[in-house]
Amino acid sequence: MADTQFELIVVGGGPGGYVAAIRAAQLGMKTALIEREHLGGICLNWGCIPTKALLRSAEIFRHLQHLDAYGLAADNPRVDLAKVVKRSRGVASQLSGGVKHLLKKNKVTVVDGHARLEGAGRLRVGDTLYTARHIILATGARARSLPGLMPDGKLIWTYKEAMVPAGLPKSLLVVGSGAIGIEFASFYNALGVTVTIAEVLDRVLPVEDEEISALARKSFEKQGMRILTGAKVGPLKAGADSVTTTLEAGGKSEALTVDRVILALGIVGNVEDIGLETTRVKVEKTHILTDEWCRTDEPGLYAIGDVAGAPWLAHKASHEGVICVEKIAGVPGVHPLDLRSIPGCTYSQPQIASVGLSEAKAKAKGYQVRVGRFPFIGNGKAIALGEPEGLVKTVFDAATGELLGAHMIGAEVTEMIQGYTVARTLETTEAELMHTVFPHPTLSEMMHESVLAAYGRAIHI
Amino acid sequence: MPIDILMPALSPTMTEGNLAKWLKKEGDAIRAGDVLCEIETDKATMEVEAVDEGILEAILVPGGTQAVKVNAPIARLRAEGDTGKGAAPAAAPRAVAAPATAAGPAAVAPAPAAPRSGSRIIASPLARRLAAAAGLDLTGVAGSGPRGRIIKHDVTEALARGPVARAAAAAPAAAAPVAAAAPAAAPPVRSPAGGDDTRAWSDKVGLKYRLQANSGMRKVIARRLTEAKQTIPHFYLSIEVALDAVLKIRADLNARSDAYKLSVNDFVIRAVALALRKVPAANAAWTDENILLYDQVDLSVAVATPAGLITPIIKAADAKGLAVISAEMKDLAARARDGKLKPEEFQGGTFTISNLGMFGIREFSAIINPPQACILAVGAGEQRPVVRDGALAIATAMTCTLSIDHRVVDGAVGAAFLAAFKKLLEDPLTMLL
Repeated sequence: MADTQFELIVVGGGPGGYVAAIRAAQLGMKTALIEREHLGGICLNWGCIPTKALLRSAEIFRHLQHLDAYGLAADNPRVDLAKVVKRSRGVASQLSGGVKHLLKKNKVTVVDGHARLEGAGRLRVGDTLYTARHIILATGARARSLPGLMPDGKLIWTYKEAMVPAGLPKSLLVVGSGAIGIEFASFYNALGVTVTIAEVLDRVLPVEDEEISALARKSFEKQGMRILTGAKVGPLKAGADSVTTTLEAGGKSEALTVDRVILALGIVGNVEDIGLETTRVKVEKTHILTDEWCRTDEPGLYAIGDVAGAPWLAHKASHEGVICVEKIAGVPGVHPLDLRSIPGCTYSQPQIASVGLSEAKAKAKGYQVRVGRFPFIGNGKAIALGEPEGLVKTVFDAATGELLGAHMIGAEVTEMIQGYTVARTLETTEAELMHTVFPHPTLSEMMHESVLAAYGRAIHI
Repeated sequence: MPIDILMPALSPTMTEGNLAKWLKKEGDAIRAGDVLCEIETDKATMEVEAVDEGILEAILVPGGTQAVKVNAPIARLRAEGDTGKGAAPAAAPRAVAAPATAAGPAAVAPAPAAPRSGSRIIASPLARRLAAAAGLDLTGVAGSGPRGRIIKHDVTEALARGPVARAAAAAPAAAAPVAAAAPAAAPPVRSPAGGDDTRAWSDKVGLKYRLQANSGMRKVIARRLTEAKQTIPHFYLSIEVALDAVLKIRADLNARSDAYKLSVNDFVIRAVALALRKVPAANAAWTDENILLYDQVDLSVAVATPAGLITPIIKAADAKGLAVISAEMKDLAARARDGKLKPEEFQGGTFTISNLGMFGIREFSAIINPPQACILAVGAGEQRPVVRDGALAIATAMTCTLSIDHRVVDGAVGAAFLAAFKKLLEDPLTMLL
């Protein structure tokens, strides 16, 4: 009979769950992980990773259309959608296999199946009852739907259908302009689909700095997307091979017919059918309430990642998993997660990346700010790459020199934001950033210049 | 070529010291081994000897200068025959000889001063800047970042705790404990009027005062005892010890020879040392990861000096007889009063004894001398009425109060130590065992 008693059981094998399980095993805990579908979770199978594969294809395709500017030529570049999707699925399955291997290597027992709590410390999977002193819920989240805005899996898609299209629609409506909506809009637009984005708030990428949002919108529109903000989307009516709806924006109403719709309305936590009612766990707006150490109201029961609330980011989930496990194990010096130091990235064309407070939020919190801006047009490497559009913006607390936030748009910024994240974590001030030598020629020099600009010392602008 | 004479570090933790006075004048011929000047540190006054020969060309830091940084040039020596005025380029720095106390038999040679991580404050740039802006001394702030790094959070917490706590927020245990008799410790200055400092407040309400500069020693006493009282969970156990037997045996022993003159305190030291051997859990110190159970019984004994308290150490006291303890104690106390103790003679120690009996104090509670876990406060021996065999009688007794770090030592262990101590003193012949 298989072992059913563990020190720690993680429910859910996404980036929160599998990282928590591996860390627990590293710390010497007898650990199991229960996953109902795919190791790696949404992130690896249906989210972060496969979309990056799709967007890479889109990026190369876009370059092929501008070859002349680089003195190159290729005849008739075209898209083989089936191969694009196949590559994306291949990447996902390769990495999912990798997670399986990592769990095995760390001697984490992996249980396939759907786990339900039966009171504190007890989990049932089918006929088997598992017990553990500590249980971490990392069940993740799924796409949110709203009345009138329900996916049908054929014409009205969520991220999941959008990731494996059988063919390219001619026209597409993307409802919601968060990272997920914008990435799909960017992908399909690059492949030649007519894209309309409808956002209920007054700007796209509403969590980003307002200036960055505005630049992103300008760039998306220049690439041919149609963007409606402050927009209300009427009920979606699916026809034979198209969807009809009404869009209200700016006091005007219009009828719209598109081939496909992608709903990117945010997410809801997976809190159903896992036996929460047998525990003291409190759930609010589909998310499990936890304290700074990821503890729920039920002793010995923890929740991490998407199911425990925003920001809904894989790296936030992983980090919470580590903090939660280290706290359980009594590792000294564990700190709660600082939400202001979690970077966020959107892999559209152009890329967007940020960490910390936007300029407006910093001001709203009462900071006297110093803001630095450096445009891509002032950077030699950006010009050489043929990527002259973009901005690196930094927000400092004028009183202390604390880097409150950094906001970037343009080529490769998702790989650069980490510099500012490290700076925030190490609590550097503008002085250390100014003292830091940035290699020439790189895009990262703009990070330096932006800091200098905040103090009126930028050289190349 | 001129040689710079640098401010020496007299102890591993020393970062600055006061240049008390020069014993040589500019133009004096210097031979190696000559005493150049006296340097006053937290605890002691040290003489600085020359290693090189030559003419004392210039005194760069005059006598009486406070807070001279370690390794700062304090004087310049010109080699004899080198006329070199002005012609000399940059002087070659040369560390002075190891400082020796005047009473020390031979100069020991600690390495010349070098920056030490032990004294460096590890703090994030943002934490440093916030502290500087608020006038907060980071030496008193406990770091919660990786490896004890002080981060913004720690500074804002320290500032939020207010000015009293600010000076005294937990600091990691430093290497050099100071004496710690509670009555002698200056009470922390309360911030009287809405954050104004005490001096401004005193001026405001018209209180007259004289200013007395805080000596290095006074600052250390203030810092470490505030830290101890605020961060160590103290509790106290008192016990009455009958002294009649000790007094009798002391008189006997003292009558046998003029080579020694034992005091009651010498018996107390020996009894404490032996009691710690019986209850080693009280000979310990706290760290976050482990309790350190010391192998050696090194007793710090508080000595009052004109400059403040200091705790010279009777090392391996459990292995020493009464006569040795007595002689060592006399020598240490005398040199402590003259400010001539060597650092290793007062740094360290595993348990402290503070005796105010000679001042007629009946009983008192002392502040723990960090990083140690216990301090024994010894009161005066006096005749007290006691009930013996159902009748009132007169006995000579003293009250001893043990202050205990509850993180390290629980009540029962403290009680066991005191019981062992009492038994030894009340039946002093067992100290021979």
